[in-house]
Amino acid sequence: MQPLPYPDRERALWIYRQMVRIREFEERVKRTFTEHPGMIRGHTHLGDGAEATIVGAIAAIRPDDYVLATYRCHGYLIALGSSPRAMMAEIYGKATGLSHGLAGSMHLADPEHQFLGTSGIVGQGIPHATGVALAIQVRGGDQVVLCFFGDGASKQGAFHESLNIASLWKLPVVYILENNLYQAVTRVEMEDANAAAGEPLSTKARAYSMPGVTIDGTDPIAVLTTVANAVERARRGEGPTLIESVFYRFSAHGNIIVPPPVPLHFEEHEALTIYKCADEYEQWRQRDPIPRFRAWLRGIGVSEDELVAIESAAREEMDDAVRFALESPWPEPDILQRYVYA
Amino acid sequence: MAREIPYIQAIMEAITEEMQRDPNVIFYGQEQAVSDEDPMVVAFGRKRVRPTPISETAEIGMAVGAAMVGLRPVVELLMTDFILVALDQVVNEAARVYFKTAGRVKVPIVLKAGYGFAAGWSVQHANCWYNLFMGVPGLKVVVPSTAADAKGLMKAAIRDDNPVLYLHHYMLTLVPGPVPDGDVVVPIGVADVKRPGRDVTIIATGWMVQRSLEAADLLAREGIDVEVVDPRSLAPLDVDTLVASVEKTRRVVLVDQAPRHASAAALIAAEIAERAFGALAAPPRLVTALDTSVPYSKPLEDAVIPSVERIVQAVREVVQA
Ligand SMILES: Cc1ncc(C[n+]2csc(CCOP(=O)(O)OP(=O)(O)O)c2C)c(N)n1
Ligand SMILES: [Mg+2]
Repeated sequence: MQPLPYPDRERALWIYRQMVRIREFEERVKRTFTEHPGMIRGHTHLGDGAEATIVGAIAAIRPDDYVLATYRCHGYLIALGSSPRAMMAEIYGKATGLSHGLAGSMHLADPEHQFLGTSGIVGQGIPHATGVALAIQVRGGDQVVLCFFGDGASKQGAFHESLNIASLWKLPVVYILENNLYQAVTRVEMEDANAAAGEPLSTKARAYSMPGVTIDGTDPIAVLTTVANAVERARRGEGPTLIESVFYRFSAHGNIIVPPPVPLHFEEHEALTIYKCADEYEQWRQRDPIPRFRAWLRGIGVSEDELVAIESAAREEMDDAVRFALESPWPEPDILQRYVYA
Repeated sequence: MAREIPYIQAIMEAITEEMQRDPNVIFYGQEQAVSDEDPMVVAFGRKRVRPTPISETAEIGMAVGAAMVGLRPVVELLMTDFILVALDQVVNEAARVYFKTAGRVKVPIVLKAGYGFAAGWSVQHANCWYNLFMGVPGLKVVVPSTAADAKGLMKAAIRDDNPVLYLHHYMLTLVPGPVPDGDVVVPIGVADVKRPGRDVTIIATGWMVQRSLEAADLLAREGIDVEVVDPRSLAPLDVDTLVASVEKTRRVVLVDQAPRHASAAALIAAEIAERAFGALAAPPRLVTALDTSVPYSKPLEDAVIPSVERIVQAVREVVQA
């Protein structure tokens, strides 16, 4: 085993900054539904609550490694260094967006920052990530791929087929199963055999003879440590790992699903609206990764001023992203035929 | 007697009534029946009504198996786009069984899915994939445009001994319409004249029926009398009714929310060209989506999908031709 990469002070502050930036970005996306009704269309999924998993994992990779994720994608790009302006503009459907308004919230992509994009179809990004790992192996590179997906996605054939091949061929990919305990509105123990039996979802790794671990996904250091070990293993050519990172999303699965002209908004989390479990929700709120990590940083001697400076810079940056997106022009229809064939 | 109820309610009423009528009907799918207060769970219990994992291949494949031995599963698939991960089960399994067993094994399943969500659902969630399925022998494809048709066609679909792809249009979800009381079944494979007219026929399905009726109202002010015909099912296709309308008006505009290439509109135009070429006073005209992906941004989405204005313009041109 490699020595644990305990983050130095700078690294720890980098992690905190990215977590706060993600939260501030997501809060502005959510607020847009009330402050600028109609600006965000279709279906939008937020990563509030996932910050420790997203940033802890990305802290464990090199700048030339790759990341693929799902429709719930905003956070990864922020941690990878994408422009929040171009991200927000894409979510608002503007010409200055990452894909000039063609794609929207579910399909942010930024290959210049190693983020190859997402599938809105559950589980279907998993073989893509596995294929990126195949390309690395074929070319003899030593990069690694992080493949993020949800607990629900692990019931797709694409998940099982990919894990088998990745293990068989010892591909350099780390599978990060984000167990936020819900498949949209369905609780995980209602749809997952392992969960129903009281076993962790990482049990699935056993079927494919690869290491499977379950970690506290609200602790960025735990995530960093575990992912770093898996990344090093993959880099050494020893194959994939399945990491189940358990955390909670604080918003509903997505905004409500209705046709126009009904205005869109986010309802409360399903624990409150469907299952009437205020306790569950409150307990997870107590474990909000951001205040928790903040307290930890104070504990290792980071000053209040330094943390406040990070927080206000993130707020300003994300306010600016919203302003930029609002002021940006709409795309022109001539773009519609430009990207049909390469 | 008839009641005004929303399209989606009409669909759920049909499923409920069929489940009351026939204990072999079961209903399952993702995000369904998660709460014990769910009306379907209350009415039929958790044996017949279930939430499933995100496993379309198993959801559809298991429906095929259950149907082989006499159940009539209705599978809620949410969006047509999600069926694509299980395409084999639909195209090469469900629709092949009756033929390859020489009629000894039937697959009476209903695959229920929404489509066409032109509200910013973007490239992977707003498609109109009926054209992918309408050429699959053995599979029926229905696309109701009103609450009454939605209810009557769901009843027909559940009672049908074949696999039926039941596609409901997301933009019509909350649109109310009169639905007749009682056990009214709308037969699969029968088109319906939604608005009689003399001068030109518009053939449209789903949400495009609504847009075509709006266009017809605008054109009436110009003295153009439009007939709007809704095939209601794309497989089988009621070519006779469509041809009869075109033979009467001698002009036809085909409106389709899907891209033009290999569209339902193109197929129907070919049938009309073969059967009614001599009756046509002008070439058939297609008003379809552009041959591109469904984009996210509103102005782009508006540019891709047929608008009332584009329909009006096409009708004017066909009438003047
Ligand atoms: C193949 C497919 N089936 C169904 C859906 C609809 N859907 C979108 S997200 C979702 C739940 C996914 O849950 P999970 O994998 O746990 O990810 P999370 O959203 O919790 O991050 C479902 C059912 C889809 N997009 N694709
Ligand atoms: Mg989940």
